[in-house]
Amino acid sequence: MNPNNYLILAAILFTIGVYGVLVRRNAIIVFMSVELMLNAANLAFVAAARNTGTLDGVVVAFFVMVVAAAEVVVGLAIIVTIFRTRRSASIDEASLMKY
Amino acid sequence: MIAALIGLPLLGATVLLLGGRRTNAWGHFLAVAMSAASFLLGTFMFMQMAGKSEEEREVGQHLFDWISVGAFQVPFGLHLDQLSIVFVLLITGVGTLIHIYSIGYMEHDPNRRRFFAYLNLFVAAMLLLILADNYLLLYVGWEGVGLASYLLISFYQQKPSAATAGKKAFIVNRVGDVGLSLAIILMFVTFGTVTFDGVNAAAESGNSSTITWIGLALLLAACGKSAQFPLQSWLLDAMEGPTPVSALIHAATMVTAGVYLIVRAHAIFDLSETARTAVVIVGAITLLLGAFIGTAKDDIKKGLAGSTMSQIGYMVLAAGLGPVGYVFAIFHLLTHGMFKAGLFLGAGSVMHGMHDDVNMRHYGALRTMMKITYATFGLGFLAIIGVPPFAGFWSKDEIIYVAFSQSFIIGLATLLGAGVTAFYMTRMMAMTFFGEARWQDDVHPHESSAVMTIPMIVLAVGSVFGGMAMLFVGDIEHWLEPVTGFAKPEHSVSHSVLIPVTLTVVLGGAVLAWLRYGRRPVPVEAPTNVSFLTKAARADAYGDSINEALLMRPGQYLTRSLIWFDSKAIDGLVNGMAAAIGGLSARARRLQNGYVRSYALTMLGGAVLIALVLLLVRL
Amino acid sequence: MNGESVVFWVSGTFAVVGAAGMVVSKKAVHSALWVAFAMINIAVLYFALEAPFLGTTQIVVYTGAVMMLFLFVLMIVGVDASDSFLETIKGQRLLAGLFALTFGGVIIASISSTLASPSAGLAFANAGYGGHLQAISFLVFETYLFAFEALSALLITAALGAMVLAHNERWTPRKTQDQMQRERTLSNHVTPLPAPGVLARNNSVDTPALLPDGSTSIDSLPNAFRGEGQVSKSNSIEEAGK
Repeated sequence: MNPNNYLILAAILFTIGVYGVLVRRNAIIVFMSVELMLNAANLAFVAAARNTGTLDGVVVAFFVMVVAAAEVVVGLAIIVTIFRTRRSASIDEASLMKY
Repeated sequence: MIAALIGLPLLGATVLLLGGRRTNAWGHFLAVAMSAASFLLGTFMFMQMAGKSEEEREVGQHLFDWISVGAFQVPFGLHLDQLSIVFVLLITGVGTLIHIYSIGYMEHDPNRRRFFAYLNLFVAAMLLLILADNYLLLYVGWEGVGLASYLLISFYQQKPSAATAGKKAFIVNRVGDVGLSLAIILMFVTFGTVTFDGVNAAAESGNSSTITWIGLALLLAACGKSAQFPLQSWLLDAMEGPTPVSALIHAATMVTAGVYLIVRAHAIFDLSETARTAVVIVGAITLLLGAFIGTAKDDIKKGLAGSTMSQIGYMVLAAGLGPVGYVFAIFHLLTHGMFKAGLFLGAGSVMHGMHDDVNMRHYGALRTMMKITYATFGLGFLAIIGVPPFAGFWSKDEIIYVAFSQSFIIGLATLLGAGVTAFYMTRMMAMTFFGEARWQDDVHPHESSAVMTIPMIVLAVGSVFGGMAMLFVGDIEHWLEPVTGFAKPEHSVSHSVLIPVTLTVVLGGAVLAWLRYGRRPVPVEAPTNVSFLTKAARADAYGDSINEALLMRPGQYLTRSLIWFDSKAIDGLVNGMAAAIGGLSARARRLQNGYVRSYALTMLGGAVLIALVLLLVRL
Repeated sequence: MNGESVVFWVSGTFAVVGAAGMVVSKKAVHSALWVAFAMINIAVLYFALEAPFLGTTQIVVYTGAVMMLFLFVLMIVGVDASDSFLETIKGQRLLAGLFALTFGGVIIASISSTLASPSAGLAFANAGYGGHLQAISFLVFETYLFAFEALSALLITAALGAMVLAHNERWTPRKTQDQMQRERTLSNHVTPLPAPGVLARNNSVDTPALLPDGSTSIDSLPNAFRGEGQVSKSNSIEEAGK
């Protein structure tokens, strides 16, 4: 079984995550897509670690997880704050900085 | 010392121009004094020079190094020799007389002081032209007299015709000046120097076509300044200026600067047959053209202007004949200076008495009312048509003699010119002083004041005795010989044949004019159903129309098309670019639609592009 | 056909399905559940990749903490909130799909063009430190210590940041118990408010309680669910009769 398969899987998940970011309008779902992209990157790290026989990739993936968690915390707090003032969680609402 | 000749009138001009209205009371006296002082100084120098032996006569004064750039060395030097001194005497002498005359003539003009300032400026510039020892300094004087001429022609600034005439004179002169610039440049390139001594010494070394081109360029310059064909159109319009201006500048001095230039550059002309032939042809054409135009003019000043054009044609023709003719060109220049100035001053006196009317058809029978003017004008008239023993006879006959020695046709042209000169001058005399009085209402002709008649008398004396004095007492041929070279023509129609023939032609012309204008009554209104030739003469031989068609209209067309090109093509290009960028940016603006998702999309697009590029590079 | 490839193909497929499901779900809560499903499958893949520690952490931290946090926020924001599927920006869907496919294609192409050597496996790396966990600890606490410390600082900052952002400033003084008692006594309902869904067919937090006379009591709902369209009608007798 080709060890590159994991990498390809990671690429597919990443692509789906990207599509989700671009298409969905609800801020929280966009956030979830970003989490999916991070997960795909983690998967690629771990697969590479296994391929090369070093554990650095695993450690990096661990760190990424921690950072993602912190990011989720702050991001969701922001979304809640915005929701409180605007009563809507759609990201299309903020479109005043245009031509 | 030589510098003082120029410096005194220049000082006068400066004081009067800078002093302004404060100097109005005594300005004219200062100007006359400066001019007279220059004349006295010039006379003194002439005496000094006459006393010396022939080799020592040439004096130079180097004032300072004017231009010193690598190989191009031009000194600000003055140089007095036999040729310059006669010019100095002519300019300052006739100039002083005209200054005195102007005190009376311009008495009622509030701008008299400015007039005298410009007259002094003119005298200074003309003296600089004559006394320069190199072509470039001569050019400075050349431009100076052009400037003074412009200022003086358009002296009556409020008249649009005067302003236009001044501009026309300046512009046509400018065309000639191109010739002088080219000649100086060619001289520097060929000989490495522009001083007279340097060029004269090195002239042999240039190759013949360059010499010819220099000669032709100098001829162009002379045509511009001396109103020769094809640059003659400005002279008749220059009569818009006050009469003393016409007398001084456009009769005696400035218009002769061209002849001076040709004679001074004789080293060039001696070496080029082609250039000399061109000069002779130009001279011949102009002398006939000027005479032709002069026959049909009713304006007394314009008639005299046509006469000036013709007489200078004689001088140019003589100068173009080479060493045989240089001396006589200068001789005729000097005599012409005296009698033409006298004629112009007389015309001014007549105008003054006839309430500034120039139309000869309104004159008539003035000989009883203005006796002195009649006498002096008459003496000038006899001089110009070449009646012995007056001044014009000696100089003009020598020219005709030398002309016949070169070519029969040229000689015939000069002879014909003499006849036509007699015709139109007699016409002028008849219409002005004889016949019935055709005066307009409210015109009471009266003689002019002494301050005006005395200069006229002096010039009349010169017209009578000047020729004989210069030829026999002064021995002008040998006086000028060291500077210009003099050769007796090999063979020509002998004097004993020529003189009677000339006199017959002159008499014939005079009689013809007398019968036409002296016997028959002159119509007060100019008749309109006249022959084609008369119409052509009245229209200055269509000189203006030709200039307009050949030069003005194409020039205007060129300007218009350039303007069109500039506004449509160049401005269009620039504005078009600006509009294109504006339009492009207006389109590009729409990319900023405010939606985060669109921006994310473009970010992804960029990332995809980079990834593709990396992939392709690897492959 | 060894066990690892079976696990890979099964879990991998489920992970992709979960991801796709997240993207196309209409309701937000369904999206969250699909993502959780995908993440659990990724955790399984970690186990297959000889990283059990990471797999466990994935389930505990990601699926357990992060996704639950998402669900809580969804509840605050509005459980019914759903996107309409009408795209407002012209060409967004098309271009997004195109670019995403291209991007994925490029990555996959470059991955596929590499030579695949058999994977080295983590046995040797683990053995160097006497076990998988020991090896990871060594790396975290000795090689990447600085990063670890920075990370902890980050976590503290994040927590503080969340507190600051979500903080509600009190503009009026807090009502004391005494004041509350007075207000209640003087108002028109002295008794405690009914909880949502009392005497109703379901008790979800957006279903109002029924009063004895059959009318719905809007007071029974928390403030957040009192808006138009947020009140569920499943309890009303009029609706039931229809």
